[in-house]
Amino acid sequence: MPTLTINGQEQELDVPDDMPLLWVLRDVVGLTGTKFGCGVALCGACTVHLDGRPIRSCITPVSNVVGKKITTIEAIGETESGAKIQHAWLNIEVVQCGYCQSGQIMSAAALLESNPNPTDVEIDAAMSGNICRCGTYMRIRAAIKQASQSA
Amino acid sequence: MLKQIDDEERKALSRRTFLVTSAAAGGGLLLGVYLPRSIGAKAQVADEALSPNAFVRIRPDDTITLIMPQVEMGQGTYTSMSMLIAEELEVDLAKVSLEAAPASDKLYANPLLGFQVTGGSTSVPGFWEPLRRAGATARIMLIQAAATQWNVDPASCKAEKGEVISPTGERLNYGALVDAAAKLPVPDKVALKDPKDFTLIGTPAKRLDTPEKVNGKARFGIDAMIPGMKFATVAACPVFGGKLKSVDDSKAMAIKGVRQVVKIDNAVAVVGDHMWAAMQGLSALDIEWDDGPNANVTTESIVEQMARASQNEGVVARSDGDFAKAIPGAAKRIDAVYEMPFLAHAAMEPMNCTVHVTKDSCEIWVGIQVVSRAQATAAQVTGLPPEKIQVHNHLLGGGFGRRLDVDGVTQAVAIAKQVDGPVKIVWSREEDIQHDVYRPYYYDRFTAGFDEQDRLVAYHHRVTASSILARWAPPAFVNGLDEDAVNGAAKEMPYDIPNILVDYVRDEPPGLTTGWWRGVGPTHNIFVVESFIDELAAATKKDPVEFRRSLLGKQPRVLGVLNLAAEKAAWGTSLPEGVGRGVSVQFAMGTYLSQVAEVEVSKEGEVKVRRVVCAVDCGQIVNPDTIVAQMEGGIIFGLGAALWSEVTLEGGRVKQHNFNDYRVLRINEAPQIEVHLVKNTEAPGGIGEPGTIGIAPAMANAIFAVTGKRIRKLPIKDQLRPA
Repeated sequence: MPTLTINGQEQELDVPDDMPLLWVLRDVVGLTGTKFGCGVALCGACTVHLDGRPIRSCITPVSNVVGKKITTIEAIGETESGAKIQHAWLNIEVVQCGYCQSGQIMSAAALLESNPNPTDVEIDAAMSGNICRCGTYMRIRAAIKQASQSA
Repeated sequence: MLKQIDDEERKALSRRTFLVTSAAAGGGLLLGVYLPRSIGAKAQVADEALSPNAFVRIRPDDTITLIMPQVEMGQGTYTSMSMLIAEELEVDLAKVSLEAAPASDKLYANPLLGFQVTGGSTSVPGFWEPLRRAGATARIMLIQAAATQWNVDPASCKAEKGEVISPTGERLNYGALVDAAAKLPVPDKVALKDPKDFTLIGTPAKRLDTPEKVNGKARFGIDAMIPGMKFATVAACPVFGGKLKSVDDSKAMAIKGVRQVVKIDNAVAVVGDHMWAAMQGLSALDIEWDDGPNANVTTESIVEQMARASQNEGVVARSDGDFAKAIPGAAKRIDAVYEMPFLAHAAMEPMNCTVHVTKDSCEIWVGIQVVSRAQATAAQVTGLPPEKIQVHNHLLGGGFGRRLDVDGVTQAVAIAKQVDGPVKIVWSREEDIQHDVYRPYYYDRFTAGFDEQDRLVAYHHRVTASSILARWAPPAFVNGLDEDAVNGAAKEMPYDIPNILVDYVRDEPPGLTTGWWRGVGPTHNIFVVESFIDELAAATKKDPVEFRRSLLGKQPRVLGVLNLAAEKAAWGTSLPEGVGRGVSVQFAMGTYLSQVAEVEVSKEGEVKVRRVVCAVDCGQIVNPDTIVAQMEGGIIFGLGAALWSEVTLEGGRVKQHNFNDYRVLRINEAPQIEVHLVKNTEAPGGIGEPGTIGIAPAMANAIFAVTGKRIRKLPIKDQLRPA
């Protein structure tokens, strides 16, 4: 029975070791903000942070995350970068259907954490693993820039 | 006040002949009176609320709820619909809460389509007047109630920000007036604001659905969490039309967390404690399929059949002058064939549906564009009367037309019938791509003729395609003509040519179902028409913008957007080597649009769209930033499809699986997009789809400008790679 630290809370969970974190979060813990998109790390909708770094939870077995700090979209606003990104997302009005945006925001917050002033090229490189079918890419670029410039 | 539709509006709406036909055939609305059946009907609500129609509910505690007839799938309709009501109700958007409408064609029929449906970019055009009237009706009753209490003339009172104000400055909030207002008769005639007095419509409003979409709280259909719910995933026969022959589930049932294997006619589902158990269970099944009659279908066999069919004369969709007489005398003749592929939708939220069937009820949690059809199919599958089927509609993680079909609901209810308790059925991405309802394959033949002076005198366009309407709205398929298949090619084709013939050959591909895809008919027709027109400009050595202008003398609004886009894109100015511009114009969904794409083609044949300039005239603007966002997103959607996307078949099976082989546009491939809005007070046009429609031809025409190669078949993929 793995014990996970999710958004600052320790939880002992009765799940198989090979179960991907995505389904643990969504179906067992009930944190549905993290999304299922492709199941094979091609679209980024399931992105969460593991010790502050972005991972694709759909291919990450729960055994790999024991003892590490898991942060999901529900708590990313409690980090400085996450709050900046969410704020910029609202300001720029990035979102359309919104389904991919949890993953976009998690990738963007991680980018800002590691690179406080990314260029367009760096933004594209960091965000190209996150698909948005509504096509909000221009606004994602603009919002990351705005977040990076905010105090 | 009922508004008789005038000629201009009729023209703007005429693009939807099929929709009107469909509505009329259904016995519902006629265009003569622009009034949906729902207005005046009352939703069932608690007595203490003021609810003069199905869209507004105000409670004594001053909570104001707007009931959304249209579904939110990213297009911003929850905000636009709310703005229409709030403008006349005189409330702040910040004060309203929203609720998804339940299934009811009676209360929530789309005025342009005749039943409860969100699609075809019809929300603002259809609800433009009804929702303003819904807001005004409530406001008038509240003012009347306040005036009675104050013993003053209602005409001397006004409503503002959720309060009624007396001539002497007394104020009562709406909640305080609910009891009295609810006892008043609902007025059948209400005066609407003069557009010059709008304070909300036409101003940029923040989207109401966004805050919960940035913090993980938004609930899409796939996020439904019902106490006691099980999780399931499904495999349908990989060949369309095939059946489930047998399944050995012994290995699956041995997996921890797997609870049940459910067999239906053409699919098998594994039910478990969570999606992971269900997924593992499904892959452990030993399934034998009966492939049925389509086991040998390939894309090539379908296209061969279409090419043959396209030799036949079609049903005439437009005939001006006499093409057959004019073409033999032409001094110059141009022929071309265009093809467009089957496409999947690949919305980010995979198909899913949560269902709880009991002996005498059925509850459904889903995100669907056709709420009442979801109810109807569940009634059919369960044998329960429709009123026993409750559909809780959710936010849609993308629709793009996929959720205009209820095949996923039908299947989910059939599975849930065999499950004790609620069950959430989620398709894998592979299942989603391989069991889509696909955008049709299109096969188009063109012939054009010029006279001695290089004047375009004869034009023939034959569309060969399946008919979506014949399947989806049979009453709208009249005399063998699918109005959608020729939408954008026939009466909306804007160019002034003396002899025009447009005809339609219906050809149904074996082995798959075709359906709506963002931009519907025009996404196909504008690509082929605008590409062919570009060919004609090149054939007579004319500038593509000048050539179009010369044929658009009778189309001021088309000309207007063309000129605006050309100006903003600096058409005609020089560009670096390897970069070119292409243009397209369109009239679709009541909206006029022109795009100029600036495209770079490398020596290796790689296409990079650097910049897109888009000029939009959609008449009356409701939420300007939503229009810009829809253009940006629509362009990205159309661009990815034109560059990369196609669904192909082999052995009756779809060959694509996931985003690795069904490629869509990513951020590093996204161009800069500039949107310029034309401001006027014409009837509002649709905005959810037009952006998608014109980008493929603008890009393809730019590729021609750079390389001299004409793209006559989509997707572009590696067509430009040197041999």
